[in-house]
Amino acid sequence: MFADKRARGRFAVAATLASALALSACTTTGDSEKPASASSKSDKEFAATPAGEPVFASTYKPFPNVATAIKGATIYDGRGGKIENGVVFMSGGKIVSVGGPDTPIPADIAVFDGTGKFVTPGIIDIHSHLGDYPSPGVEAHSDGNEATSPTTPEVWAEHSVWPQDPGFSRALANGGITALQILPGSANLMGGRSVTLKNVPSRTVQGMKFPGAPYSMKMACGENPKRVYGNRGRMPSTRMGNFAVNRETWLEAIDYANNPDAKRDLAKETLVGVLKGEILIQNHCYRADEMALVLDMAKEMGYKVSAFHHAVEAYKIGDLLRENDVCSAIWADWYGFKMESYDGILENAAFLQKEGACVVIHSDDQNDIQRLNQEAAKAQAAGARVGIDIPDATVIGWLTYNPAKAMGIADKTGSLETGKMADVVLWNGDPLSVYSRPEKVWIDGALMFDAMNPKTRPVSDFELGQPGEGDVK
Amino acid sequence: MKRLLTLAASALALTAAAPALAQDMVVTNAKLVIGDGSEPIEGGVVIVDDGKVVFAGKPTAGQTFTTGTVVDAGGAYVTPGIFATLTTLGLADVSAVDETNDITASKTPFSAALDASTAINPTSQHILVHKAAGITRAATTMLPSGSIFAGQGAIIDLDGSPNPVMQARAFQMINLGENGSAQAGGSRAAAHALLRAALREAQALSTGKGGIPQTTAIDKADEVLLSRFDAEALVPVVTGKQKLYVDVERMADIRAVLALKSEFPKLDLVLVGATEGWLVANEIAAAGVPVIANGLIDLPETFEQLGATQSNVGRLSKAGVKVAINALTMQDPRRLQQVAGNLVALTKMPGATGLSWGQAFAAISSVPADIVGMGGKAGVLKPGALGDVVIWTEDPLEVGAVPAKVFIGGVEQDLTNHQTRLRDRYKDLDESNRPEAYDW
Repeated sequence: MFADKRARGRFAVAATLASALALSACTTTGDSEKPASASSKSDKEFAATPAGEPVFASTYKPFPNVATAIKGATIYDGRGGKIENGVVFMSGGKIVSVGGPDTPIPADIAVFDGTGKFVTPGIIDIHSHLGDYPSPGVEAHSDGNEATSPTTPEVWAEHSVWPQDPGFSRALANGGITALQILPGSANLMGGRSVTLKNVPSRTVQGMKFPGAPYSMKMACGENPKRVYGNRGRMPSTRMGNFAVNRETWLEAIDYANNPDAKRDLAKETLVGVLKGEILIQNHCYRADEMALVLDMAKEMGYKVSAFHHAVEAYKIGDLLRENDVCSAIWADWYGFKMESYDGILENAAFLQKEGACVVIHSDDQNDIQRLNQEAAKAQAAGARVGIDIPDATVIGWLTYNPAKAMGIADKTGSLETGKMADVVLWNGDPLSVYSRPEKVWIDGALMFDAMNPKTRPVSDFELGQPGEGDVK
Repeated sequence: MKRLLTLAASALALTAAAPALAQDMVVTNAKLVIGDGSEPIEGGVVIVDDGKVVFAGKPTAGQTFTTGTVVDAGGAYVTPGIFATLTTLGLADVSAVDETNDITASKTPFSAALDASTAINPTSQHILVHKAAGITRAATTMLPSGSIFAGQGAIIDLDGSPNPVMQARAFQMINLGENGSAQAGGSRAAAHALLRAALREAQALSTGKGGIPQTTAIDKADEVLLSRFDAEALVPVVTGKQKLYVDVERMADIRAVLALKSEFPKLDLVLVGATEGWLVANEIAAAGVPVIANGLIDLPETFEQLGATQSNVGRLSKAGVKVAINALTMQDPRRLQQVAGNLVALTKMPGATGLSWGQAFAAISSVPADIVGMGGKAGVLKPGALGDVVIWTEDPLEVGAVPAKVFIGGVEQDLTNHQTRLRDRYKDLDESNRPEAYDW
């Protein structure tokens, strides 16, 4: 319910959820402050893994793959480059070379004819709740908001991810999604840590975790936190309350960071990670004026905002966002469903691009994640109508390199460059057309989906034995 | 200036004539989409006289028409206005702001008696924004909240004029799936019992004298499930004079709806949603019940949608079902074209079933109009139809396509709205002279 989707026709359900949340708040408040481990620092016999060392570590390994080349396709490299009749060669899970028709490739490798087709880097969604709000969306699966306190930096989205969410396979097969960031919801000012995943089927979330990806922390401006907590008669109930709670929380984190004797505190470990620049900030924020205030709060406390999410009014402050090197993660056409989205316009992305600010197209939705390419095309077309012509190759960057940059993984994926992960989509036509679909998707060089081969369509445990198992979805 | 056109395929002779009626016009040089499922016609002409289409097709030698408005489409796509079904257009300004939201009314004692036409705001920004997206008519409805009955939906036009309602009380809308179950007391069986009780009550009223109710109300504790006014509102449903739109997703629920006909033979049923419709496509086709189907829902978002697939619409259509694309489950109705385009793309996927381009366009124009009883009147460019004509900048099913011009009833529309005004203001961020607030 805080995934900022309209709950048309589900108001009754939403109301039930809200009361259930209120109930759970009463029964769990008080436990949330307990330390994770019973050990004390003087106790040598019982000790948790020290703070900062890897826990819940990624067990993802690239799947077996064969050296593969795609020849004759139009290639968008994710960083604004376009090659007609190009060659992409991948081997050992990495991009080996990308170039024109004469790019040498070894004999005896798998070669796909890309004539009339298009190649892009794997599509990346910076804002997803797959796994945390999975399908079926029953209350027992509603694991995206720890809405029991306005600040919960201690929760980690990965602990809610259900790897059997059928949404992952739809995002792969229909959207060409190869990596995605799962964020906590926006009920809280500080919602907790995100997790970045490789979009591969797995029995465990660790088997999906993107190796080496930094954590982010989700923050939220505006209506949601003040509504959720204001309705319970507690702070924050206003936008000024939102800022007060945030600033108090940051001040406490700074004290904690400066105190070598402080007891371990999971919430503050996350916040200190942000202050140190190790954990990125992904900030849900619709209104331009609030984004400007957040940027000043970040300056005051000494951290950086990586991206504003749902930034429907970003176009009003493109200059400010460029100067602060903050990306805007946006929809193409969502508007008017809540007060802070009232000024949404189709030209948001184009105006930002024109100002030289960073654009990311995001979904926040289990359906739109299947068509991020189309959302980008919509935003591009709106720009063209007002004389802002943005090349296709640049637009592809909104879905690939730019989200990778804002998620801190641009050194590993997000573009077709030698040495990077071979996360690649072959489209059966222009990816910015409604008539095109992903034909093949490689993740770390392994062919994880092939539209021409039904057995390469992942079927989650939940779907086995159900109507339509293995159907083209 | 009025001109006489000679509509020959080879040449157009234009003659000046007397001042025009506002609702006359001719569009020439069109890539013409009739909207009936046929493929586009190159070099087409549309003639609108007195607000109605009098001709659409390839012009023949010697054809003439006198008009003040001649639009050369320059080879662009020209289509009927999109007919959006189902929507909540005009019933909310900001859906999450309760004061502005008339879509649901969970605290009212009334249900089936609710009449959406009494709540439409013709200058709602959603109406203006959707007109600029090429939607000229819409079926708009409240949604069930306190009851399985949403009330009676209306057909509206989107021209922003003071009277948007073309047809009030065009259909009754109910929910018999998971939501209906929750609203009726917690079980599908409760929803069916309530529906049957209500329809029997209406049946009794329809045959009784002077509208004397058999019972005054059906109550549960302090909750009114059906008042006598609601029962009266169901008389046209049970007598087949008003369509009954039933929102269901699961195969079994669909079959239970089709079975209602054996008890209430006059019901004029339409299925809405019908995510698992493809599993019983032949039964739906045999029953002759049209479907307003979810287009791209492919996830088991609920236990009643386990069989969800993007091929649902294509498979229903192939089985001979009259199927329109449902706008209610998309972000906004202006995505209808995008969804239709995706169903065309599906035809290239092995194992999937999609629609041809012509079928896809019909599924957002003539078919939804036909389903609500406006066949030949809306969503189609044929003689006698409303003069709703849209000229596009590109293929209207392509993402990002928007109209260059929109005519409703032959009248060219102003496409300005809150969004276009914001766009014009923020095209540049130069405030060196005055703040943006002075730029309007």
